[in-house]
Amino acid sequence: MSENQAALKIKSPSAFDVERIRADFPILKLAVNDKPLVYLDNAASSQMPQQVIDRLVRYQTTQHANINRAVHYLSEVATSEFEEARRKLQHFINAKEEREVIFTSGTTDAINLVMHGYGRKFIGAGDEIILTTLEHHSNIVPWQMLAEEKGAKIRVVPINDAGELLIDEYEKFFNERTKFVGVMHVSNALGTINPIKEMIAFAHARDVPVLVDGAQATPHMKVDVQDLDCDFYAFSGHKLCGPTGIGILYGRAELLEKMQPFKGGGDMILSVTFEKTLYNTIPHKFEAGTPPIAAAIGLGAAVDYLSEIGMDAIAAYELALLKNATEQINAMPGVRILGTAEHKAAVLSFAVDGVHPHDIGTLLNQEGIAVRTGHHCAQPIMQRLHVPATSRASFAFYNSMDEVDALIAGIRTVQKIFT
Amino acid sequence: MTNYKSLYQEVILDHNKKPRNYGAIDHPSHHAVGHNPLCGDHISVDVDLGDERINNIAFQGESCAICKASASMMTTAVKGKTRAEAETLIQEFLAMATGKLSHDACPNIGRLAVFAGVSDLPTRVKCAILPWHTLSGAFNAVETTSTEAEEDPMHAPIGDA
Repeated sequence: MSENQAALKIKSPSAFDVERIRADFPILKLAVNDKPLVYLDNAASSQMPQQVIDRLVRYQTTQHANINRAVHYLSEVATSEFEEARRKLQHFINAKEEREVIFTSGTTDAINLVMHGYGRKFIGAGDEIILTTLEHHSNIVPWQMLAEEKGAKIRVVPINDAGELLIDEYEKFFNERTKFVGVMHVSNALGTINPIKEMIAFAHARDVPVLVDGAQATPHMKVDVQDLDCDFYAFSGHKLCGPTGIGILYGRAELLEKMQPFKGGGDMILSVTFEKTLYNTIPHKFEAGTPPIAAAIGLGAAVDYLSEIGMDAIAAYELALLKNATEQINAMPGVRILGTAEHKAAVLSFAVDGVHPHDIGTLLNQEGIAVRTGHHCAQPIMQRLHVPATSRASFAFYNSMDEVDALIAGIRTVQKIFT
Repeated sequence: MTNYKSLYQEVILDHNKKPRNYGAIDHPSHHAVGHNPLCGDHISVDVDLGDERINNIAFQGESCAICKASASMMTTAVKGKTRAEAETLIQEFLAMATGKLSHDACPNIGRLAVFAGVSDLPTRVKCAILPWHTLSGAFNAVETTSTEAEEDPMHAPIGDA
């Protein structure tokens, strides 16, 4: 959908009925400090609709047993529902094959899987890994651990003042020692949408594989891993209206097959003797032990829910929320938005002159408004922008325009207290 | 629950805006830097401790209003006191801020009772206690303290509050 079409679509209130959507989320009826909850911490974790809660209850009350093991009824039902969830996730990101979809405990676990399974096997002394200043700690620290173990080197793509990657610098980093690229799709701290498709094409022209941290992209936009042509794509369930403790690693089958297992244990083997163990095929090779079955099935229900609303409709509506909030904040003296990239998802980091983010967070909480304050697990960005921390309002499709107004009023209250 | 709106009282806002004893001392007898790794805030405390009393004390750093006001009020409270008196006050402040003692049960707390409300805000307790933590570190020749250091006797986990 073009931007114009998207704008037309949201002008018509019947096209995106946020009140009807809000009714699906029981937690949004809460009062906090005697005020209606205004939940703007969706980038940290999103809320769960009744449809997903009901699915978890149905699984737990009528379908639970361990999977891939016994021949009894419940084990067969649980296994089949678990694999059905895998197929739902496959279609959600348009992966070519279901065996390319690995259940992990979350994005961090997925990135660590790639570091251990691919990095430790194929990256050696003197090799170079390209990351960016925007990365979340979860896409920095595993690679630092690998670099330290192997004697490899990390190159960091810088950003401009708007929070956009300097693509010229990225391209200059490539040489014959470049073995891997790790880049986030959408910045959790600033909202920047990175031009990953172009970055992947550039890396592939030099035979360098690319891992995309999609934790902040999957909740906000349609992701098509075949169109992006990425090698790995990691994301979390709990940011997608699903449960915590579940996430996905998409990997191209050809690479997954070459990789060594990450964790050893049950399910990931074909046969075990003390002389020799044969590993299972993908994706099972990477799913040692009993997985969070209920969480996986819940995530399947969550992506069904999102797909029914439509990721394009969600993206268009969230863009309208972001535009509204950005315009109102830009009109406020003493408030500055951090991260002004041309292409942004609905994540808004801001600073209020003379007020520390923690004080902003506590005072907004008093108004029932939940925002995140701190370094957002992205300390290199804070260092680059010369701030110790920011306040961050991150929107979801169930946030209303009234909630944007509540945020603005809350920031005014903070300013009043501190003048 | 205490209305923690009262945490942002005039006196705290005033000390945040115009912190007392802000800066460094040229040749301090005791010095420490305190970090709150959860938010990146840090403050340094310099003390000039004479034979009898604290002759001078100063602090500086990057922090929120609660931390800065706590540091500012701490310096005015302990200046001129003996080390033993200051250490008693540190214990009282920590007990009050973490909710272990009510401010009525702290005989020396005085105006610092404005920080009592922080005990209702587990995520902000560390902001209030960081300066006290750091002063204790300075007395005990621990040059770098942290609200997260397990081995630190002053360690006050969030769950304690």
